[in-house]
Amino acid sequence: MRTVGKQAERAAGATVCTVRGLVKTYPAARGRRGRPGPDPVRATDGIDLDIRRGEIFGLLGPNGAGKTTLVRQLTGLLRPDAGSVDLLGHDLVRHPERAARLVGYLGQESTALDELTVSLAAETTGRLRGLDLRTARAERDAVLDELGLAPLADRPLKKLSGGQRRLACFAAALVGDRPLLVLDEPTTGMDPVARRAVWAAVDRRRAERGTTVLLVTHNVIEAETVLDRVAVLEHGRIIACDTPSGLKELVGDEVRVDLVWRTEPPLDVPEVAALRDAALETGRRWSLRLGPAEARAAVAAVTGGPAFAALDDFTLATPSLEDVYLALGGGRAQGLVKA
Amino acid sequence: MSAVSAEAVSGTVRGRGGERPGAGAEDGAAAPLAPGARLLPALAAVYRAQLSRARVARIPLLFVATFQSVGIMVMMRGVVDGGDEARSVVAGSSVLVVAFVALNLLAQYFGQLRAGGGLDHYATLPVPPAAVVLGAAGAYASFTAPGTLVTAVVGSVLFKLPMAHLWVLAAVIPVSGAALAGLGAALGLLAPRQELATLGGQLGMSAALLLGVLPAAHMPAPIAFARDLLPSTYGVEALARSFDARPDWLLVVADLGVCAAVGVVSLAVATWAYRRAAVR
Repeated sequence: MRTVGKQAERAAGATVCTVRGLVKTYPAARGRRGRPGPDPVRATDGIDLDIRRGEIFGLLGPNGAGKTTLVRQLTGLLRPDAGSVDLLGHDLVRHPERAARLVGYLGQESTALDELTVSLAAETTGRLRGLDLRTARAERDAVLDELGLAPLADRPLKKLSGGQRRLACFAAALVGDRPLLVLDEPTTGMDPVARRAVWAAVDRRRAERGTTVLLVTHNVIEAETVLDRVAVLEHGRIIACDTPSGLKELVGDEVRVDLVWRTEPPLDVPEVAALRDAALETGRRWSLRLGPAEARAAVAAVTGGPAFAALDDFTLATPSLEDVYLALGGGRAQGLVKA
Repeated sequence: MSAVSAEAVSGTVRGRGGERPGAGAEDGAAAPLAPGARLLPALAAVYRAQLSRARVARIPLLFVATFQSVGIMVMMRGVVDGGDEARSVVAGSSVLVVAFVALNLLAQYFGQLRAGGGLDHYATLPVPPAAVVLGAAGAYASFTAPGTLVTAVVGSVLFKLPMAHLWVLAAVIPVSGAALAGLGAALGLLAPRQELATLGGQLGMSAALLLGVLPAAHMPAPIAFARDLLPSTYGVEALARSFDARPDWLLVVADLGVCAAVGVVSLAVATWAYRRAAVR
C-alpha cells in the first residue's frame, strides 16, 4: 500500500504551495491585578507543507490545533512571525496582497454576504475578483446552475437554512477562477445532495483546470472519501502527513471483525473456539482485531459451515481516520495502534 | 538530409526538457496573477450590494430616523417661533437623519463586520480598500436622502420657511454624508470591540442631535466649541443659511467646503483603518 502511495505521489503534479518553518505566536493575555497572565500561545509552531497541483489536501485536527491560523497565513490574512510561504512562485510573506489574486477563499463566516440575495452575493464577489460585469453575471449564472441554487437566486442568504447559506457562500467562492481554493469546513450543515454538488463542482475544476484544493475539516468520514493527502495538526505542529490510506497504515493494518451470535457461540466448531481467545466479548457480540488474512479466514469460517446457523450478524471494518486521529492527535490512544 | 537531422536534434532537446521532473510553466517563473478589481468598478459593485442590503434591512430604521427628526421639530414648535432658531431646528433635524444612518448605523455595521470575521471576505478579494469603505459609506449616505428631504420639507411647512433653496440639499446630503459616514466607518473599524463601535456611533448621533438642533446662540462657550468641532454642524449651517431670502452663497460654499474636507480626511482615515483591521 505504501509503495503504491509513493508512486502516486511521484506521478502527481508539481508543487503549488511550499510552506517552511511557519511560526505564529499570539501574545499572552494580560494578567489581571498583578497576577501573571497565561503564556503566549504558539498557534503555528514550525509548520512545513508541500501541496501539489490538482490535489485535495486536507488539514485535520481538533479545535485550537492551529488549522485556522495556518489557513489565515496562507490566504494573506495573517502575517507569520517567521517562516516562508511560496504559492505558485509568489512569496506570500513579503507580498500578502497577492494571495487574493491566486486564492479563492471560503471562510467560516458569512456576515459580509448575509443580507444579499444569493445571486447578488455571487455577482458582487465576482466583480470584486476583478471580473467585468458581463463575465461576472455569466459566471454567476453558471455556478448557480451547477450547484442547483438557481431556484434560490432571489432569496437573501439570511432567509436560507444553514446548509443552503453555506452552499451560496461556496458559490460566491467559485465565481472568478482561481488556481487554489481554500475551503474552511465547506459542507457544514449541508444535506447529502448539497455535499455531492460541492464535491462534483470541485472535481470538475480539478479535471478541467487543474485546480488545487486546501480543505480544513473536522469531518473524518468526509476527509477519507475526498482527500488525496491529509496533514494532522496538533498544538500548532503537523504530527502526520500522508494519504488517508497511508495514514491508516501508519496506525495499523488490522481489521475489526464484529460477530453477533443468535444465542450461544458454536464452540464445537474448532475455528470459532480458536477465535474466542482473541475476542472481546460483550453479551452476544464478539469484537476481534485481526490481520487482513486472519480476518478473511475468520469470516470464511463463520459464514460457511455449521457456524453460520448460529450467526446473527457480522461486520468487517478497516481502521478509519477517526482511529488514526485518536491515536495520533487525541492523546487517548484507543485507536487501532499496533503495540 | 539536413532537415531531418535538425528535427531529430530539436526532438532530443525537447525530450530532455520534458524529462526534467516538475519542469513546467510553474517551475521557476511565478504563475500569472489574476487581475485585481479596479477602484471604480469595485466601488460600484460594493455600492450596489450595500444599497440592496440597506433596502431590505434598513428601511424600518430610515422610518425611525425620519419620525425622530419630525418628532423633534414638532416638539420644538412649542418652544421656537420662527426666525433664526426655526431655521437651525429644521436644518439640524434634517442633518440628524444623515447622522443617524451614516454615522450611527455605519459605525455599527463596520463594528459588526469586523467582530464577526466578515472583513475576511473583502480582505481575501483583490479589491482596493478605498472601494469597500467608499462604497459602503456612499450607499449609507445616499440611503439617507429620502428621509432628509422629507424632514426638510415637513420642517419648512411646520415653521413656514421658504422652500425655494431646498435644492441645496443636493449638496448638503453628499458632503455631510461623506463626513459623517467617514467618521462612522472610522469609528466602527478602529473601535477595539463591537460594543464600543456601537457606543461611539450612538454618542456621535446624540452629539449631532443636541449640538445641531438646539439653537447655538444660547450655548456656553465649551459646548459652542464642541459644536464647531462636529462636522455635521457645517452641514446644518449651510442648510440653515439657505432658508434666508437672499442666502450668502459664499458662506454656504465655505460651510460645505469644511464638510467636504472633513469627509476626505475621515474617509482616508477609515480606509487606513480598514487596511489595518483586515490584515493583522
